Amino acid sequence: MSVSSKRFLQVISSFVPDAATLADPTTPHLLLDGHEVLSVQGIPGVEVRADKDGEIAVAEIVVAPGAIVVPTIHTCIGFLQAREIQRLRIRVRIGEGASARLLAHCLFPNAEQAEHTMDAVVEVGANATLRYSEGHFHGPIGGIVVSPTLDVRVAEGAHYVSDFSLLQGGVGRLRIAQRIEVGANGVAEVTARVSARGHDDVRIEDELVLSGRASRGLVKTRVALADDARAAVIGITRGCAEGARGHMDCMELVRDRAVARAEPIVEVSHPLAKVTHEAAVGTVDQAQLETLLAHGLTPDEAIDLIVTGILR
Amino acid sequence: MSPLGAMERAAPLLEIDHVGFRADGRTILDGVDLTIGEREIVALVGANGTGKTTLARIVMGCSGYAPSSGSVRLRGQDLASLAIHERARLGITMAWQEPARIEGLRVHDYLSLGRAAFERVIPLAEALQRVGLAPDAYLDRMLDKTLSSGERKRIELASILAMRPALAILDDPAAGIDLASVEEIAQVIRDLREAGGSVLVITHVDAIAQIADRAAYLCGGRLVCTGDVREVVARYRARRCVVCDGEACR
Ligand SMILES: Nc1ncnc2c1ncn2[C@@H]1O[C@H](COP(=O)(O)OP(=O)(O)OP(=O)(O)O)[C@@H](O)[C@H]1O
Ligand SMILES: [Mg+2]
Repeated sequence: MSVSSKRFLQVISSFVPDAATLADPTTPHLLLDGHEVLSVQGIPGVEVRADKDGEIAVAEIVVAPGAIVVPTIHTCIGFLQAREIQRLRIRVRIGEGASARLLAHCLFPNAEQAEHTMDAVVEVGANATLRYSEGHFHGPIGGIVVSPTLDVRVAEGAHYVSDFSLLQGGVGRLRIAQRIEVGANGVAEVTARVSARGHDDVRIEDELVLSGRASRGLVKTRVALADDARAAVIGITRGCAEGARGHMDCMELVRDRAVARAEPIVEVSHPLAKVTHEAAVGTVDQAQLETLLAHGLTPDEAIDLIVTGILR
Repeated sequence: MSPLGAMERAAPLLEIDHVGFRADGRTILDGVDLTIGEREIVALVGANGTGKTTLARIVMGCSGYAPSSGSVRLRGQDLASLAIHERARLGITMAWQEPARIEGLRVHDYLSLGRAAFERVIPLAEALQRVGLAPDAYLDRMLDKTLSSGERKRIELASILAMRPALAILDDPAAGIDLASVEEIAQVIRDLREAGGSVLVITHVDAIAQIADRAAYLCGGRLVCTGDVREVVARYRARRCVVCDGEACR
């Protein structure tokens, strides 16, 4: 590992509790500082490649068919500068019957006028499993535009679980756009959790397409807003095949002058498909609040506990 | 009666003094007088929609439930200016008729809330056992909608037990509790008194009302009578109501 990547790792370790495992030769990883590829490491069954294509970093993570990958694959993507533009194109392929866990750490601790764009294609092969977590650590200013675009294909019998969280630091402008298509008997469980304050601006667009027979999908969104933050959660779930079952569950907790919007759209094009949704947008629930107050918590403590709870 | 006994009786824990409550231009409670002594269990009975929960909310100090007239005092202190959590810190707490579900909050953490507010002696596991829930199966569960209605009611009661309050207001604690377990709930109420507390228990279940020291019968927002449990309950059953002449409380 080079000196610069060690320095980057040092910074990472203050945000990522298990950063030390990145130095372990048995941990597959990808380390990207801006457009610079600091380190890639594969292990048997997991190929990790990364390169630069002009101003775009291009990476690929491939898990061989049938491989049951025990160590978590880590990607650390970010930059330490205040002004920086990072563009990343990444392809993740999980071979047929394989199983892997991917943990993405996205770190922009000093961003003031910055941008991070990611275009990801994720293919989860037949009967494969991918658990994908993306955790963002932003600085206090949150001077950044973060735009992840994901195209996820969940093949027959495959299982895809994802969890996006942005709970630390200023969000800045967040634009998530993801499309998840699920094949026969496949399952997708997609969660996003965001805590926004100040003038943060959040837009989450999910499209879940249940195209295979007996495919199932759950899209869960939790956004807590305070101060002058804004959020729009636009979700569409399409049930296109016999036995397809989809559910969208969106909760946005609004405080102060914040504004939140939820637009769940349900589209069913097969008579034996079923899609449901629930959306709750509003302030802290009075009954929940009073329950905690009657246990002796102050109003601030009670609200904190409720907000932490929905983002958990 | 000894002078000491008379003095003890002269200092009730809670005094609800001529409390009235109006909402939407309608009188919900009208001149309700009720006192609860130290280590006393009082049952509040009456038909649906008669104002029992409203009275409980007024005592707890819930938002939008300031009395339109009259006052509520704890050990002589007027509670009017105190918010819910301040009343809780004086030792008043409440188990809700339909307890709230809180996403992401573990039962363990719920039961251990507000340690500063109350003096706790009962280990959390024991509190769960006393309400008939196996600690191993429930401490790590979430207090969310995955709990059944009866489970949630029992956890609410366990949380009260763990707090050891001076005054526990229990709003219909046996609602949704299976037939075989009502005695368990009754025992928890006795345990609360055993621990030095008083209980105002709102109930529609005879076996719960019968463990009280006294009962109060509310009809159409007015107190019909208070006194011996059997007499009050018998009077309620017979609709011998001076407020509505047996019309409203049927
Ligand atoms: N904030 C409010 N605004 C308007 N009406 C109210 C309010 N609170 C209570 N009420 C009304 O007051 C009446 C008494 O309600 P309350 O909940 O106290 O009844 P209850 O005796 O607890 O009934 P139950 O046995 O069904 O629980 C009801 O008609 C209810 O609709
Ligand atoms: Mg009631």
